[in-house]
Amino acid sequence: MTNAEKYDWAFMEALELTEDQLGPELTFESVETWDSVGHMGLIAELEDAFDIMMETDDIIDFSSYSEGRRTLAANYGVEF
Amino acid sequence: MFDPVELMGGAPYSLPAEEKRRRMEQGLSELTQHHYHNCPEYARLLDGLGTDAKSCYTLEEFPMLPVRLFKEFDLKSVSQDKVAKTLTSSGTSGQSVSRIFLSKENTRVQSRVLAQIIASYIGKARLPLLILDTEQVKRDRTMYSARGAGIIGFSTFGRNVFFALDANMQLRVDEVKDWLRSHAGEPILLFGYTYMLWQFVVRALEESDATFGIDDGYLFHIGGWKKLRDQAVEPEEFNNRAQSVLGNITVHNYYGMAEQLGSVFVECECGHMHCSNYSDVIIRRFEDLAVADDGERGFVELLSLLPTSYPGHVIVTEDEGQILGEDDCPCGRLGKYFKLHGRIKGAEVRGCSDTYERK
Repeated sequence: MTNAEKYDWAFMEALELTEDQLGPELTFESVETWDSVGHMGLIAELEDAFDIMMETDDIIDFSSYSEGRRTLAANYGVEF
Repeated sequence: MFDPVELMGGAPYSLPAEEKRRRMEQGLSELTQHHYHNCPEYARLLDGLGTDAKSCYTLEEFPMLPVRLFKEFDLKSVSQDKVAKTLTSSGTSGQSVSRIFLSKENTRVQSRVLAQIIASYIGKARLPLLILDTEQVKRDRTMYSARGAGIIGFSTFGRNVFFALDANMQLRVDEVKDWLRSHAGEPILLFGYTYMLWQFVVRALEESDATFGIDDGYLFHIGGWKKLRDQAVEPEEFNNRAQSVLGNITVHNYYGMAEQLGSVFVECECGHMHCSNYSDVIIRRFEDLAVADDGERGFVELLSLLPTSYPGHVIVTEDEGQILGEDDCPCGRLGKYFKLHGRIKGAEVRGCSDTYERK
């Protein structure tokens, strides 16, 4: 799996989404499953997928599908 | 609107008294204006009290809202479409609940500040987190209770989160021990509500003669002391008995209202509750709400720079407390430090951890 595929897979797994729901429009609380509970599940899924440990500030700032990709690329060396 | 993190800057216990006062007065004055112009009920209250929303107040002059007003009125300073979630405090049955309206921005600032405060105690790394509660509280996602919100909020500081109690509030002793073994050698973070962790974890371990033997870790707990006082358990005994069954952990009681999430007051190694850069405490005399002297007991007034979507920046609680000092705690943290004496007689019982009635 490429990193982009892993990233998408984590979203679909953690937030029970289909592929067509992913994209720039997907933001925190824009879908029912991405609430504060879903958020922690998503972070855990991403940390497993990329074998990283995110900092608290990055978890708080992780507010959209696009923002998350930027954070992983900038702070955790995940190349997309 | 100002950014509290920029205004108060740096480490969360870093501002000496004069500088802190200056910045707080500036920020809280701005907030008072903001709420006056955006929350009609707040404006009516101030008008009714004959106080204009001045451009500049001293710390002691800000109009205070009694916490029970949040039960009686829907107080919000943003339009309904900006309300991302409504937090209800955990009033017990028959009692009315507070409703706090949170915008996305307000929630984010609360999270950032809480993170800064907690990190100053445990460091920036996220630690394996043992929640001394049941996973049930986060199951019902439509009900954003203060208890569930506190747990989810705290989860940000941990990883590999494990819940110690099952749905029937029974301690899962063996499962917890297995989980602890899988994190041997790492510091452990523990979180719970004061009364619940006492009753369902500390007492349960004592009764079954078991211990967790944690080598290194931090316990953060929050909630009312009323039921513990009824059992004549004082903080020192609580800490000692918690440590003897849980292990070599530092215990940090902390205090915060649903009305002022984020800017919490944490007890330091010396057992003193501390104001951070983002909050302050004023003690008011029972008879006339005049500012009490240091050491004198009175109503606890809480000031916070964080509330923007509801007018909760200056509130007077139904708790009793006393100031112990300012900028001179042996732990080295700057800011006022104080002692709490619980809910004032006649006030409604209302604490997160007092809501579970043991059947």
